[in-house]
Amino acid sequence: MFEILLKEELAPKIKLFKVLAPELARKAEPGQFIILRIDEEGERIPLTIADFDRDAGTITIIFQEVGKTTDILGTLEAGDFLQDFVGPLGMESEIENYGTVVCIGGGVGVAPVFPIARALKEAGNTVISIIGARTADMLIWKQEMSHISSRLHVATDDGSLGQKGFVSDVLLEILGKTRVDRIIAIGPVPMMEAVCKVTPEDITTMVSLNPIMVDGTGMCGACRVEVDKKTRFACVDGPEFDGHKVNWELVKMRAKMFAKEEKEALSYHRCGEGECQCHRTNQNEK
Amino acid sequence: MSQDKPKRKIIPNKHPMPFQDPEIRNHNFDEVALGYSEDTAVLEASRCIHCKNSPCVEGCPVGIDIPAFIKMISERDFAGAINKIKEKNYLPAICGRVCPQESQCESKCTIGKKNEPVAIGRLERFVADWEMAQGIDSTPDIKPNGKKVAIVGSGPSGLTTAACLGLKGYQVTVFEALHVAGGVLIYGIPEFRLPKQIVAREIENISKLGVDIRVNAVVGKLNSIDELLEQGYDAVYIGTGAGLPYFMNIPGENLNGVYSANEFLTRNNLMKAYKFPDYLTPIRVGDRVAVIGGGNVAMDSARTALRLGAESHIIYRRTLKEMPARHEEIEHAMEEGVNFEYLASPIEIKGNEEGRVTSIICQKYELGEADESGRRKPIPIPGETFEIPVDTVIMAIGQGPNPLVPQTTPDLETNKWGNIIADAQTGATSMEGVYAGGDVVTGAATVILAMGAGKAAADAIDEYLKG
Ligand SMILES: Cc1cc2nc3c(=O)[nH]c(=O)nc-3n(C[C@H](O)[C@H](O)[C@H](O)COP(=O)(O)OP(=O)(O)OC[C@H]3O[C@@H](n4cnc5c(N)ncnc54)[C@H](O)[C@@H]3O)c2cc1C
Ligand code: FES
Repeated sequence: MFEILLKEELAPKIKLFKVLAPELARKAEPGQFIILRIDEEGERIPLTIADFDRDAGTITIIFQEVGKTTDILGTLEAGDFLQDFVGPLGMESEIENYGTVVCIGGGVGVAPVFPIARALKEAGNTVISIIGARTADMLIWKQEMSHISSRLHVATDDGSLGQKGFVSDVLLEILGKTRVDRIIAIGPVPMMEAVCKVTPEDITTMVSLNPIMVDGTGMCGACRVEVDKKTRFACVDGPEFDGHKVNWELVKMRAKMFAKEEKEALSYHRCGEGECQCHRTNQNEK
Repeated sequence: MSQDKPKRKIIPNKHPMPFQDPEIRNHNFDEVALGYSEDTAVLEASRCIHCKNSPCVEGCPVGIDIPAFIKMISERDFAGAINKIKEKNYLPAICGRVCPQESQCESKCTIGKKNEPVAIGRLERFVADWEMAQGIDSTPDIKPNGKKVAIVGSGPSGLTTAACLGLKGYQVTVFEALHVAGGVLIYGIPEFRLPKQIVAREIENISKLGVDIRVNAVVGKLNSIDELLEQGYDAVYIGTGAGLPYFMNIPGENLNGVYSANEFLTRNNLMKAYKFPDYLTPIRVGDRVAVIGGGNVAMDSARTALRLGAESHIIYRRTLKEMPARHEEIEHAMEEGVNFEYLASPIEIKGNEEGRVTSIICQKYELGEADESGRRKPIPIPGETFEIPVDTVIMAIGQGPNPLVPQTTPDLETNKWGNIIADAQTGATSMEGVYAGGDVVTGAATVILAMGAGKAAADAIDEYLKG
């Protein structure tokens, strides 16, 4: 069992947990993810590591309530326990001194970009960051990102903060003015795809894919993606891949595998319209 | 009873196993085979003629003293029988259910030459279940010897090594990547063939020996083998299995609705997707399922799909005769209504605009000359293909070793398929103090072979650490 030490609400439906997992924290590196299961009936879901503190033995995860499991997760409080918390999974980000790197985070994607940007900065890169969200109140970790970036750009869809438009619009402007050696983009699939479309092929543009997973150790193949026309398992070969080589159509298609079931689960479990505490009682019994 | 008389008439057939009716069981996940009663077990045991050479023992990969335990059953000494088995086999309730007896012990049985062999597997299962039902706690006194051994993977191989070393007084820690111990016994083999409660019981017994089982621990990510050695483990046993699913590399294989058997079975067995939405892991089968392969994994997938409400088709390159699955499983699959398509193999999977599987196109084959494995090689018949409309395709064409441990252990030698190279007798690898066995060494094989390797390695580790 893994204790939630801290809970913060960063934006509507976007929450942060600090989870006590000392062995994991000792090993975690930027770019890796964990898989958690809330309780006995729960499914295993992957979440990218947003931060880790080796001394305190904690792993920070940030999630948006978008389905049954993340909904239930959002009802947990500091002091509650997660049944399973396994990792660090996947390959770590490639960190080198590339020169100038643009780090892009969209929505909750800002969270996993943060440790990567920090490591890139520590490796001597000039880090230009672009973070975006639909609206100003949905934007997370602006301060954290500004601390570790040489320059921080903000974009919101409605213009309520920073530039009106998409992060890819901002990127295009930067590319027009500045020499960029590498790009890393994490966020919703349409955002990552859009970023890859506007970047020239000769600038490596890394993206972090988050397909449906079960084990996260290369055992099931649920996480199949196609990169450079080859099938890869995102959980062990990734989650980061060269975005120019990703088959985005397939990524979008496979994400819909259980769309119907996900809806069914949501309506089935909505016993108290969001106030449902049944899974919390479960937790306390254990 | 007549078993004391020197000359008696042999009962030609095994006492039938009581089964759940096929038309009922193909709608539920309860165990198919219900097990012998005490009286039936005693009668079946008395079919053994106690022939001179006991060839059955030779057929057993771990060398259980089969005639001895059978004799005890015939004398109603069930406790004695189970203890006899446990001298060699730590997981009898499991082996009694899943071993391919027809190609092992029972294939050598003397009366089996003219009649059906003694139902050794069913008897093994009977006494193991009998013991569980008694709630006997037979935890022996163990004197700790102060030495530490790490075991990677909690499948039958790792668990056996853990049990053997635990009994000898070693402080054993098992590291398991998943959230439950048991390996294939938990995530692969379905409930209707091997109830998870039985696996849990066997694992509990191993824990009682002082073995510490740590789940959610992916070796290679959390700790590497080298780090385990640095942390003070005196030896390491690697039993990580063959968990990497193979695909065929045919067009359409990444469409929605194509699962590896591992994914399909894991969703259902480990994550209990058949109880969705009470359990949150979803599974979708649609109306018609094609399962590619002819082994146990294929049978389990096809029978699971059936129970989830689909029409189920096995597609196999060779014929019934060459199918590697346990005979009983093939029989059960047929009784339950699984369709078998022989001499065919998919060449393409088709989907609709949403990316969902709609059909599978297969190539017809004929059997040619025998290949190295002694099985006749399937040869494609030019131009002969056919299409079956399906919603789901399950690939059960084999698994390779998971590369996580070798990738993070530079000194560990592997062969060209990625299997760890280990001594056949002792499990010793290219690294001192590091042993390996089970599917990760042999490639996908059987529970009993994985156990046998685990036991041999435990003896070798004991020898090494005493030395
Ligand atoms: C569906 C199916 C049906 C089968 N039916 C039969 C049958 O009827 N009869 C029979 O005899 N055999 C059967 N087999 C084969 C049999 O199950 C295997 O041969 C046997 O389980 C191998 O045992 P093992 O201990 O080597 O590996 P496994 O049982 O595969 O266990 C390996 C364990 O190691 C863990 N692991 C892997 N990597 C790591 C890591 N890096 N860190 C920590 N843990 C790790 C895995 O999660 C797993 O739990 C079947 C197999 C399948 C898949
Ligand atoms: S999640 Fe199972 S192989 Fe990647």
